[in-house]
Amino acid sequence: MHLELMMSSSFSIFRVGISLVMLCIFYKSAGDVLPELSPHKYFSTLQPGKASLAYFCQADSPSTSVLLEELNEAVKPLLDYGISVAKVNCVKEETSKYCGKEKDVMKAYLFRGHILLREFPTDALFDVNAVVAHVLFALLFNEVKYISTWEDVQNVENALKGKANIVFSYVRAIGTSEHRAVMEAAFVYGTTYQFVLTTEIAVLERIGPEDIEYAHLYFFHCKPLLDLTQQCQRTLMQQPLTTLNIHRFIKIMEAPLLTEVAEDPQQVSTVHLQLGLPLVFIVSQRATYEADRRTAEWAAWRLLGKAGVLLLLRDLLEVNIPQHANVVFKGEEGVPVEFLVLHDIDLLIARVESNAHIEETGEDEGDIQDDEVAETVYRDRKRQLPLEVTVELTEETFNMTVMASDSVVLFYAGWEAVSMAFLQSFIDVAIKLKGTSSMLLSRINCGDWSDTCTKQNVTEFPVVKMYKGGKNPVSYTGMLGTEDLIKFIQLNRISCPVNITSVQEAEEYLLGVLHEDLISYSSVSVLGIFSPTMKTAKEDFIEAGNYLKGWVITGIYSEDDVLILSKKYAATLPALLLARHKEGKIDSIPLANTHTQDIVQIIRSALLETFPEITVENLPAYLRLQKPLLILFSDGNINHNYKKAILDLVKQKHLDSLIPCWLNLKNTPAGRGILQVYFDTLPPLPCLVLVNLHSDGQVFAFPSDQSITEQNLFLWLKKLKAGLQSHITILSAQEWKPPLPAYDFLSMMDASASQYSTSEAPENSKETDVQENDKKQHEDKSAVRKEPTETLRIKRWNRSNWFKEAEISFKHDKEL
Amino acid sequence: MGLPAAAPLWGSPGLLLTIALHPALSLRPAKASAPQPRDYCILGAGPAGLQMAYFLQRAGRDYTVFERAANPGSFFTRFPRHRKLISINKRYTGKANAEFNLRHDWNSLLSHDAQLLFRHYSSAYFPDAGDMVRYLRDFADRLGLRVLYNTAIAHVALAKDRRAWNGHYFILSDQDSQAYRCSVLLVATGLSVPNLVDFPGSQYAEGYESVSVDPEDFVGQNVLILGRGNSAFETAENILGVTNFIHMLSRSRVRLSWATHYVGDLRAINNGLLDTYQLKSLDGLLESDLTDLAIVRDHVGKFHVTLKFFLEETNQSAEAIPLPQDDNDNFAMRVAYDRVIRCLGWNFDFSIFNRSLRLSSGAAFGKKYPLIKASYESKGSRGLFVLGTASHSVDYRKSAGGFIHGFRYTVRAVHRLLEHRHHGVPWPSTEHPVTQLTSSIIRRVNEASGLYQMFGVLADVVLLKENATAFEYLEEFPMQMLAQLETLTGKQARHGLFVINMEYGRNFSGPEKDVFFYERSVGHTEDAWQSNFLHPVIYYYRHLPTEQEVRFCPADWPLPRPAAIHHIVEDFLTDWTAPVGHILPLRRFLENCLDTDLRSFYAESCFLFALTRQKLPPFCQQGYLRMQGLVGTESLRQHGVESGLLRGYATTDGQPEDSSRQGGHPPSPVQPPDSNKEEL
Repeated sequence: MHLELMMSSSFSIFRVGISLVMLCIFYKSAGDVLPELSPHKYFSTLQPGKASLAYFCQADSPSTSVLLEELNEAVKPLLDYGISVAKVNCVKEETSKYCGKEKDVMKAYLFRGHILLREFPTDALFDVNAVVAHVLFALLFNEVKYISTWEDVQNVENALKGKANIVFSYVRAIGTSEHRAVMEAAFVYGTTYQFVLTTEIAVLERIGPEDIEYAHLYFFHCKPLLDLTQQCQRTLMQQPLTTLNIHRFIKIMEAPLLTEVAEDPQQVSTVHLQLGLPLVFIVSQRATYEADRRTAEWAAWRLLGKAGVLLLLRDLLEVNIPQHANVVFKGEEGVPVEFLVLHDIDLLIARVESNAHIEETGEDEGDIQDDEVAETVYRDRKRQLPLEVTVELTEETFNMTVMASDSVVLFYAGWEAVSMAFLQSFIDVAIKLKGTSSMLLSRINCGDWSDTCTKQNVTEFPVVKMYKGGKNPVSYTGMLGTEDLIKFIQLNRISCPVNITSVQEAEEYLLGVLHEDLISYSSVSVLGIFSPTMKTAKEDFIEAGNYLKGWVITGIYSEDDVLILSKKYAATLPALLLARHKEGKIDSIPLANTHTQDIVQIIRSALLETFPEITVENLPAYLRLQKPLLILFSDGNINHNYKKAILDLVKQKHLDSLIPCWLNLKNTPAGRGILQVYFDTLPPLPCLVLVNLHSDGQVFAFPSDQSITEQNLFLWLKKLKAGLQSHITILSAQEWKPPLPAYDFLSMMDASASQYSTSEAPENSKETDVQENDKKQHEDKSAVRKEPTETLRIKRWNRSNWFKEAEISFKHDKEL
Repeated sequence: MGLPAAAPLWGSPGLLLTIALHPALSLRPAKASAPQPRDYCILGAGPAGLQMAYFLQRAGRDYTVFERAANPGSFFTRFPRHRKLISINKRYTGKANAEFNLRHDWNSLLSHDAQLLFRHYSSAYFPDAGDMVRYLRDFADRLGLRVLYNTAIAHVALAKDRRAWNGHYFILSDQDSQAYRCSVLLVATGLSVPNLVDFPGSQYAEGYESVSVDPEDFVGQNVLILGRGNSAFETAENILGVTNFIHMLSRSRVRLSWATHYVGDLRAINNGLLDTYQLKSLDGLLESDLTDLAIVRDHVGKFHVTLKFFLEETNQSAEAIPLPQDDNDNFAMRVAYDRVIRCLGWNFDFSIFNRSLRLSSGAAFGKKYPLIKASYESKGSRGLFVLGTASHSVDYRKSAGGFIHGFRYTVRAVHRLLEHRHHGVPWPSTEHPVTQLTSSIIRRVNEASGLYQMFGVLADVVLLKENATAFEYLEEFPMQMLAQLETLTGKQARHGLFVINMEYGRNFSGPEKDVFFYERSVGHTEDAWQSNFLHPVIYYYRHLPTEQEVRFCPADWPLPRPAAIHHIVEDFLTDWTAPVGHILPLRRFLENCLDTDLRSFYAESCFLFALTRQKLPPFCQQGYLRMQGLVGTESLRQHGVESGLLRGYATTDGQPEDSSRQGGHPPSPVQPPDSNKEEL
């Protein structure tokens, strides 16, 4: 959008005497390099009416100098304005009056056709800005009036009242980048507006009280003036003097001050919106039209350069706008308009200015939530959760409730995102278990009942505890999700280890008949068998069973006839019998001199499978083994043959140093993301990958042209071991650093303090007048409050390269 | 000294009393030679003394409270004279959080007994002093605190003994010359001596402590009140309607508590005189140094204000004394006054302490307070702590340490220091993984009352463990003692620390400040450091500051210059739980201090990281890898995909839907996390 605007204006600039076509022909071969010509050659290329800048120098002078470099840079920008640049080598054979007698008094000359317009001492052309500024200044002699007194300004102003508008600018010096910007603007707009330029501070001071440190540009609204005794209205350009800013400013000045519309504000667009300014609609009614229009005009003058002002005729409007609204605010295209009730113009102006503020700060990505849990919980905040399926506890009801009934309590805090995310799963658990469990699902918001939670030793969130039979509560340490919590609650229905009383019952237990309804939650049933005298071994096992409560079903048998079991399963007492229900297998593990923690370990590793399907939930259990993973990625269930091949290798103990596993993309779609990291593009499936997570992060892929057979696999692994395979990728070893910087308040405070101390220093010395002191304190304060933030915002502006990009496209269009 | 006074009591006892006293009498000589040993002796059963007694009792320590009167809180039986306490008793806050509610309950002491909350004792927002007396009595009784009533400690001396905890014992003797030998002395006697300013004619002034409180006694009188504190205004308020006028004279300008944010300054509830003064009634305020003045009484008993040096020049009868109006006929105080009332505050009673205790008064605030360290321990003798109102020199005109709602927390801090020093109990703390850091801080700044009341004095401290994977959280540590934290708490602070303090804006409070100026509130997070109202400020230090650094910290800074600082933007509701406005900037601050990523992740993200990266963020390490990952529900997942933070995987056979990632969520597994950050 900006692009189009720039184009239309840049085309309008090509004026008489500058032929676009010629330009192209002339420079076709030359490109953007400074051409080096002999004087004769140079003068023969000059076209009538065309401007050209030439630097004459001795042939034996150094081929590089600062000036030449700057000239070289100026080739392209000047070319945009149809001005050629050349270096003319004064060779002995060809004498020219422009070739100086001595080496060091060489000059640059500006010609139009063969007519000399101006000569420049080389020190005036100190950089590319100076070159462009000087050349344009010379060419636009009539369009840009240079003045040095206030009277000159007044004379120009008086002459143009009722006729044309004036663009007045003050620059600190000729040849600066601001001067160049003004000249470039004058090149475009010089015929439409009278440009007035000064370098005299005194002149600027007559116009406004603004800080004279910087360049200024004013637009004098002289054309609409009817009463010639009046002064022209003036609008100061707030932005720094750059070509693009001036262009944008003039575009806004050209736009009508006030437009009447009778359409849906949502649909209205003007040049203001396209230039990034908001629109303000003053809502008018037929009855008060005249007054409204006056108000709107007044507002429009005050907001000139800050917003576009329109008068919205409510009576002619087809869409409804809220009854009380008297102002409609449209921040940007495509964003819903805001309806406002504002009772004076100052509020309106404040609103517009605060919008500019919001726009600026809105760019700050530091304010954008990048915590997925916090963000998702926040986005879901308005959804009504069926909280009533759980019991809400308070300080008063807590103890009573957990004493009276077996309860699972979720401790959460309303402001803590993870606990709020888990609250949703907890609610799901309550819904799923409704009517099937005697367990009471309750929750307590520790944001409200902080003391109660602290008394339960809960100082972080979320925490789930199970209160059962008035005993010490058990903390839930599983995944914070529906499935695992249900499993925990269900398995806790029985008190593990279950005391088995007969061999018959033990057999039922091992077959999974005894706890048929729980088998789906615990794929393994563990039975500890002991002779009645093995007291310590039994105690250790009972402790381990307690520890694993909610994770796996455990039972204990130590009657006199325990030998029957020991013989049947070929186990020397004490021993563990592990019934794997899925595989219908019963293993035995001896338990001589094994302590509680080791028993827990044994049972834990017994829960691991030899060729598991890896899921989000079970991966951590396998990662604990600290071995490389051999993963078969599959879209759906895996081919039986592949499974067999791998299991055969397992049996032959070829895979002992690895964890062979497979991943079903249908169950675990995140697997696609993993494959993408390994392969960049998704490889054909199934595909087999070896991931060395724990040592060097190397990833190897089984060749996709080979079929996954026991033999091929074996050979591949052998080559791998020998280091004969190269990895397809290495996993990033990057540390997790802060995703974004924090506000550096310390330096903001420093900046303010240094400013404060300098401005306050004289004040401290004359602390006599209390009243004066009071006043000062406030003035200082406002300065302190304002300045550093302002500089910060400016920094932020610079960070966004909107302008740079736009500038590039602007130039680009000109070249066409 | 005590014995003769007690003798008449024994003259008339009936049989019962004689029997009761007999064993005591017979034991007395023996005990006098061997003073009763106590670990802890508390002087005064006022709010601070009882508060300390409570903590000692809960800890099972050997302690006794000595109280001169027959009941606790005897000060409140007489004062304030007009019986209205200016400490608010806010019974409703709309919140259930008991800790939070203490922020707005300025009268309750700390205890585990929910019945002992002041709201059960008074329904008045500004309660009657009688209710405080009743409350304190209940507090002592219900909790069974060991108080020796009617025991006036007349003298405290020091006895060197190498076996004593502090190298010496404190020997207390009461009015009956009964001696007590204390290892630690806790002085909670408040300020009990009326402050007198010596100037000619000061004897004509009636004291606040004894002046009539019956307005009838002031009908049609011209009254001059000396002083400009709450007692002066409270006195004026009482008689405002019946006097001809009241002039109020003091050295310094009036300090309005809502401008200074100091509860000891003039409270709006007492400021009726200001209102009438400024609304052109006859009442008025004057500023002058009392020590330059003199009051003379004329033959009809009226009082005239004159200058001291006029008196020095001449030595004439009252009528002949020159008055300022002789030369300066519009002198403001040229009228004659019927009464002069002195309301100049109170001083600590130094008289009972032997010089060996070196319990001198601080120079900074005149002679009002005994000189103590920021740990409330006397600078003169180890083991002597000053509690309660008398300890206010630590935060005079700054925080609430001179008032119940403040010193109930400083007393707790002193108790924690003692527990560590003498019983090896480290400062209570909780330990958490670093992923809980943001949440721990957010929790405290939102509910903690000690931080809120004792802003600038007590601060929470987070001590980082090695590699910043975990931290210890210590509550309400006296922040000026930061350099001595390790010895005072028994904790290690080797790996950096955060200090969480509450602060008003640097330039916001002061008697001459306009606290209602336009745009006083800050709403944008990036302007948080300019917040004016009380808001949390977090200091980060890589090392524990040294004593030197604490002592010579920059002007206006409560603590030495930190490595980084964070302000949580002030909040109108003092509710700092907004996800983006409060929590997110805090997390970014903590992340940048610790150079890590403190975001939370769903299990699926951790799963992806676990298989595609060699390192995991702390949240995944401490949760997911320990099989405690956060699974999340489908609806949350949907939001995540919509926000672009979670990846949506197409379930079809085609290419994965990847567009959501293109937005550039920084640490996608493919692109390493954005590691450019500002140097701290």
